Order: sequence, then C-alpha cells, then structure tokens
Amino acid sequence: MAIVEQQRDSTIDLTGDVRRRRREAIVKAVFFGAAAISILISIAIVLALIGKAWAFLTSIELGQLWGNGWFPRRGRFDLMALFVHTLMITGIAMMVAAPFGLGSAIYLSEYARSGVRRVLKPTLEILAGIPSVVLGFFALQFITPNIVRGLFPGAQSANFLAAGIAVGILTIPLVASVSEDAMKAVPGSLREASYGLGAKQWHTALRVVFPAAISGIIAALILGIARAVGETMVVALAAGLNGIMTFNPTEGGLTMTGAIANLAVGSDQVAGDVAAFQSLFFVGLVLFVLTLGLNVVSGRIVRRYRQRY
Amino acid sequence: MAVATPALTPTDIVRQSIEGRRFSPINALVAFTMLFTLLSSVVILITLLADTIAAALPVFASRGLSFVTASLSPTAASAGIWQGIMGSLALTAFVIAVAFPLGVAAAVYLEEYASDNRFTRFINANIRNLAGVPSIVYGILGLFLFVEILMRGVFGAEGGIGGRNVIAGGLTLAVLVLPIMIITTSEALRAVPGALREASMAVGATRWETIKHQVLPVAIPAILTGTVLTIARAFGESAPLLLAGAQLSLFFSVSSEASFTDLITTQPYTALPIIVFNFARQPQAEFVSLTAAAIVVLLVMLLTVNAAAVLVRDRYEQRYR
Repeated sequence: MAIVEQQRDSTIDLTGDVRRRRREAIVKAVFFGAAAISILISIAIVLALIGKAWAFLTSIELGQLWGNGWFPRRGRFDLMALFVHTLMITGIAMMVAAPFGLGSAIYLSEYARSGVRRVLKPTLEILAGIPSVVLGFFALQFITPNIVRGLFPGAQSANFLAAGIAVGILTIPLVASVSEDAMKAVPGSLREASYGLGAKQWHTALRVVFPAAISGIIAALILGIARAVGETMVVALAAGLNGIMTFNPTEGGLTMTGAIANLAVGSDQVAGDVAAFQSLFFVGLVLFVLTLGLNVVSGRIVRRYRQRY
Repeated sequence: MAVATPALTPTDIVRQSIEGRRFSPINALVAFTMLFTLLSSVVILITLLADTIAAALPVFASRGLSFVTASLSPTAASAGIWQGIMGSLALTAFVIAVAFPLGVAAAVYLEEYASDNRFTRFINANIRNLAGVPSIVYGILGLFLFVEILMRGVFGAEGGIGGRNVIAGGLTLAVLVLPIMIITTSEALRAVPGALREASMAVGATRWETIKHQVLPVAIPAILTGTVLTIARAFGESAPLLLAGAQLSLFFSVSSEASFTDLITTQPYTALPIIVFNFARQPQAEFVSLTAAAIVVLLVMLLTVNAAAVLVRDRYEQRYR
C-alpha cells in the first residue's frame, strides 16, 4: 500500500528522507546566523558610539564645541579645529592619490601589456599591504626632513604636508584599483569605435574611456576621501598634537582621528575627567557618520554606472 | 607560472592598423606620464624599504637577533620586541578562530542560499559599508563591547588590566576584518561555475552536499588566499588596539608564574605595530633606529604570511585544475 502511494506522489519522493532535510535546514540556519551577525555588528557600533556621545553632549555646554581649540582636559572641544585639520590632511592626501592613482589606473587599463601588468600591479598590492603605522614613521623620518623641509625649511617636525602626503600614498592603491575596474568595465566597442574614427590612443584613453568611466572614477575618489578621513596612525604620529586651528600646512595639528588616538593614548591620565574621555565617543560618532555617508554615496554611484553597461 | 602569451587584443590590432607606424609625440607623452605615475609607486616603495632598512641596520649589526628576543624596556639599548611578536601572534590566532569560520559561513549563506530579496540586499550593503568604517571606530566598538560589556560586565574583570586582555583585542580585530573576509569569500564563491552546482543537484545532492563536495573544494584556494591577505591586514593593524586595550607604555612585565589562561585573560599584552607606534613617538634619537628595526621585523613577518598565501594558492590550484 505504502509503496503504491509513494510512486504516485513523486515530488515528496524527491525531497529525500527526514534526517537529510533536517540537516539541510540546520546548516542553512547556521549560515544565516553568521550572515546576520554583520547587522548585529552595525547595531553594536551605533550603540557604542551613541550612548557616550549623548552623555558627552548633555554634560557640556554646546558653546564648548566652538572656538578656543581642542583641549579636552581643559574643557575646550573645538570641533571646527578638528574639521579644518581633517580637511587639510584629506585635501593634501587627495592631491597625491588622485593624480597618481588615476594615472596608474589609466596606464594599467589602457596601455599596459599583460607582462608589464604582471610586474607592476603587485607593486600597488604590496603598497596597499604596508601597515599605516609604517607610513607614519616614513612621514616623520623621510618625508618631513627630505621633502617638506626641502621646500619649506621652517616646517615643524610634525606637519600636515608630510602626514597628508603619507596618507595619500596609502590611498593610491585604493583609488587605482577601483578606478581601473571602472575603466575595464567600459565596453571594448567604444574603444574600437574611437579608433575606427581615427582617434589616437591617448585620445581614446582620455577622451573616450575616461569620460565613459567617470562615475566609477568619482566613486573611487570618494572612497579615497573616506579612507583618508579615517586614517589614524599616520596622523597620530606625523600630524602633531596642536589643538589650535591652523590653516598652515607646514604646521601640525589634531585631526578627528588624531584627537581620538591622542585621547586613547593618554586615557590613563584622563580617566578621572569624564567629559574628556567621553568626547572620544562623540568624535568617533561624527567620524562614523561622515565616512558612512561617503561610502553610501560612492556605492550609489557605482551601482548606477553598473546599470548603464 | 603562466606561459607568456601575445597580449594583443582585437582592439589593439584595430588600433595598430589604423594608427600605422607613425610616431605621435602627444601619444608618447601621455603614455609616459601615465607610466610615470605608476612607477612612482614603485619608487616610493623602494625608498620606504631602503630608508627603513638603512636606519635599522645599526640595531641588527650591534645587537643581532637579541633585539627580537628581548623584552620591552624603557632604555633603548636593551629594549626588545618579543612581547609584541607573541601578542600579535595571539591576536592573529583569535582573528583566524573567529573571523574565518564566521566569514566563510556568512559568504556561503549570501552566495549559495539567499535569494535576491530586499533583506539580502540590505545585508550585502551593510557588509560593504562595514568594510569602509575607519579602523579606529572598531577600536571604540571593541572598548565598549568586548572590554566594558564582555570582560568587565559578563566576566567581572576588575583591577589589574581591567579586562583589556588579548581576547578583547583579538575579538576587536576579528570584527574589523569580518566584512573583508565575507567580501573576498563571496568573490571566490561567485567564481565557481554554476554548471557544477546544477550537475551536482541534478544527480540528487542537497544544497549543503553540493556546497561541501563541489563548491568549497573548487573555491578553497581563492578563499584561503583571501583569508591570508585579510589576516595580514589584521596583523599590521594598530589603531583599534589603541582603544581596545594593548599596552601603550614602553615597558610592562608579565607575571612569571602566569599560566596560559592567565596570559590571555588577566595579563597585559601588546602588538608589534603598537610597539612600532610607541617607539616612533619617543623623542630620543636612539629610538629612531629601534623603530626602523621593529618595522623591518613587522614587514618580514607580513611578507612571510603573504608568501605563504601565494604558496597555498599555487599548491591547491594544481590539485583542482
């Protein structure tokens, strides 16, 4: 009787025995749990930042957040100084990373034969793998004495120029690889059409492929900016500890990440001063929101350009 | 090693036949400029390595490997980096133990099980955004979640290092690299041809049996390469550890009768990149060469790990080709 019924109901027969299906469901649930952890991490980051950032904001007067420099132990939390210094580091870094990163990407995507690629591309990967603390040391011991002081003999030993250049060097591989991907995604028919109309190779690379990949290139630059804004160790070593706002790139000063690192390094001394310690979480929150915004914008742009081709 | 093939694409051939052999100065100038930007990275890399090695030579010449095996000390002449090496290795062990299984499992879910619905897209976007969060923010997370809540709250670690142990640091780094781990593993899984899955399921294998016997064996070289590169990233990371509990002083000691459990729960630790940071911010001139020497050890260790990645990949690729 049972055999006859099974033969009729062939789909049930195909689903296999109960134990096998149960194992299948358990495995799937475990994997789903692992994937869901990423959401828990995001929630934990927000919770870690918001609680103490709010406690910080309610414990100080908001006037303390403006002017007078960043001196948390003296109750002076000048966000403007941190912003300006961060912008300077990021600006200098992008002046290095944008031309060198994009130039490398154009060469790798439009000019390099596969043999040249195989030799030169790993160099960028090795550069990307150098720990940032090493670049911080390089900024202090090489870039400042040999490059910055060569141009501006009076530069401070910790200055924005050296730190910015080092952050830029760290950002080159990121800008290069993302924008190279964007240029590679440009269909070959565009290049062929360009050559077919008699354009030279440089014209095709700069006037056809580059504009066609522009949204991916902009996304790469935004990612580079986010990377430069969040870079900590170079800035902590080579950008100095000055809390007073300055626009002079040969001087140094605290950035957002620099201020967090500085508070962390000196946290034993400020353990008693609650507001100073909590300001670390507030700056962290500002930094998180800023880089998240940049990443989301860049992701949007990338998705839009993917749809076009 | 792949055999060198003629690299002319159809586009190259079209271009060459149209451009002919005429020399165009502007073409050469643009090509040279682009090559120059790329070669600058090579020059920077060589300068960085040469400058660091030159600065480190006096230390290795005068002290040899005792610099590597000695403990931390406030006097530059006797300071060594052994604690940092051990700390970094312990941190790496935690990163592997936590981030590897979780990352692979999450990637398998997203690539092999999840249908393309709003929730999956949300998780994917979330992972991409997590990968872009600055590492110092993960330090704040580690301080809050692992030091304060887990170690002090759940395990009641008070006094001494107050829960700033190597487990908290290792978990922090694991969380930091988890998104990268998931992204590289997803790419490895996506590269596995769909025909393999269809063939497996057509002969009656379940999804998990297909993954276990067909997909993972093919994807494993790429997964392992990605994992090793990710671990190398964690090995060189220092910003999160500033907050998540590595010792930031020039000198600390570990109780001599500490058991293994003590070492990972109640004893202080530090990491090699943190030592580099500490040495680098000392004003005394003798610490400059000491910093360079610590960097050389750090880079040698990273290079070894990366070479291991290449070896692992080559070996497995031969097996499954």
